[in-house]
Amino acid sequence: MRHTFAQHIGVMRSVLRRMFVSKLAGAFNILAIGIAISLPAGMYALLQNAQGLIAQFSDAPQISLFLSLDTKTEDIDRLRKQLAQHPDIVRVEFITRLEALEKLKQGTDLDDVIGSLNQNPLPDAFIVYPKHGAAESLNALRSDLAKWAKVEHAQLDSDWAYKLEALLKFGRFAVAIFASLLSLALITITFNTIRLQILTQHDEIEVAKLIGATNSFIRRPFLYFGALQGLLGGIAAWLIVTAGLLLLNRPLGALSQLYTSQFALHTLPIGDSLSLLLFSVYLGWLGAWLSVARHLSQIEPR
Amino acid sequence: MISFNQVCKRYPGGYEALKNVSFDLAEGEMVFVTGHSGAGKSTLLKLIAAIERPNSGSVLVNNQNVGTLKSGALPYLRRNLGIIFQDHKLLFDRNVFDNVLLPLQICGFDHRESSKRVRAALDKVNLLKREKTNPIALSGGEQQRLCIARAIVNRPAILLADEPTGNLDAEYAREIMAIFKSFHQVGVTLLISTHDENILQDTGVRVLALKHGELQPATSEDSTRTASTVSKQA
Repeated sequence: MRHTFAQHIGVMRSVLRRMFVSKLAGAFNILAIGIAISLPAGMYALLQNAQGLIAQFSDAPQISLFLSLDTKTEDIDRLRKQLAQHPDIVRVEFITRLEALEKLKQGTDLDDVIGSLNQNPLPDAFIVYPKHGAAESLNALRSDLAKWAKVEHAQLDSDWAYKLEALLKFGRFAVAIFASLLSLALITITFNTIRLQILTQHDEIEVAKLIGATNSFIRRPFLYFGALQGLLGGIAAWLIVTAGLLLLNRPLGALSQLYTSQFALHTLPIGDSLSLLLFSVYLGWLGAWLSVARHLSQIEPR
Repeated sequence: MISFNQVCKRYPGGYEALKNVSFDLAEGEMVFVTGHSGAGKSTLLKLIAAIERPNSGSVLVNNQNVGTLKSGALPYLRRNLGIIFQDHKLLFDRNVFDNVLLPLQICGFDHRESSKRVRAALDKVNLLKREKTNPIALSGGEQQRLCIARAIVNRPAILLADEPTGNLDAEYAREIMAIFKSFHQVGVTLLISTHDENILQDTGVRVLALKHGELQPATSEDSTRTASTVSKQA
């Protein structure tokens, strides 16, 4: 066991040596892989940030039921009972028209305007907290409640958030397509690098086969090379994404101050960073494996 | 140790390299395979190492039919063979020491043990002082000896040599034959293909003569021929 471990270390060392020999070509390969991965990774990071922003603005979805102005107390009681019994509703808040007016006075500088009105224009309202957060069930509940007697208008408060959410879903899908295409690019880059290596080491492979090397022995350095190149590419991608986000933060800070809000882009969290690295290692390994499987069998000693 | 039973080998294109060849080689025996070039000497050696497969008949090495071995089992067959190639097949991207080290790396020896063995093998072929040299800087005879060192470093029971003195002058050839004899003395089975008349003068060695892919019916005379050459020389 000990010497097989030492063997793996030895293989790793010779792979590193080989990588350092071809400095420039190796660096360009790594950069190409890094850029290829950084595009979807960067888009992903931006989407994650956008999602965080939406979550910050919209808490639980609410449906506001504005009642008609001629609603009587017994109507309100009846509605309250109905709402309490509704299976899709968690709880209900009732806001009288007077409370609503007070809130409006406190929340805005419209004191004068409101004072000049001779009657309260605001209706009584129920704030309904639905049980399910999915956009479809919310819409169904909203249109159901809108049909009830004395309900003048039912409004889904987090409507815009759901539209944005749908937009994000589209964005995530685009990232997924992008990521798969560029993963393919990464596999291709590794495939070609390994193919060239196999060609230049044709003699060594042939001799090794003649003196009893197993296929896995011959394959090993190439697989390690692919995985290592993937890892370095992944690190390059991580650096590109992180640097990009940090660079964007400065102009974004100025922008968000104009909107009197504090918003900064977060870099990739540790979990995502690790997955990024693991994924690129895996893709590098896969590209090498495909290349070795394809090209090694063509070298048979004569 | 090695046994050919009615072996035929036809190359794609119809060329028949070996026709109905049968012979047995006992453990520890040393045998020359002779014949004009193209007689099938190399093919015979390649069949033993399963570099080529017979079209019919069986090739047994250690009672194992190597003609039907799965490719996954080939490496373990070849680790028991030391092969000295006609074209050396040395690697010029590494020094003498690392060339000899390769078979041990393949078998997974640890560093200390393999260094010891490499030096012992280089010592045997008198190349110990050149271990840091790139083989491209070696003379033909030295390259041949390096190839032998690489073949024996794994201490194989069977040694196959394809024209080991092919391009060497008589002095070098004698040197190399002396090395082979020393292996024979410690019980290694040797199969040496050659068309070098000087070597064939050698005494006490059985000869398998190939002609156009057929084994000449000298097999029964072998002992007498050997004996007669011995008596003639004596």
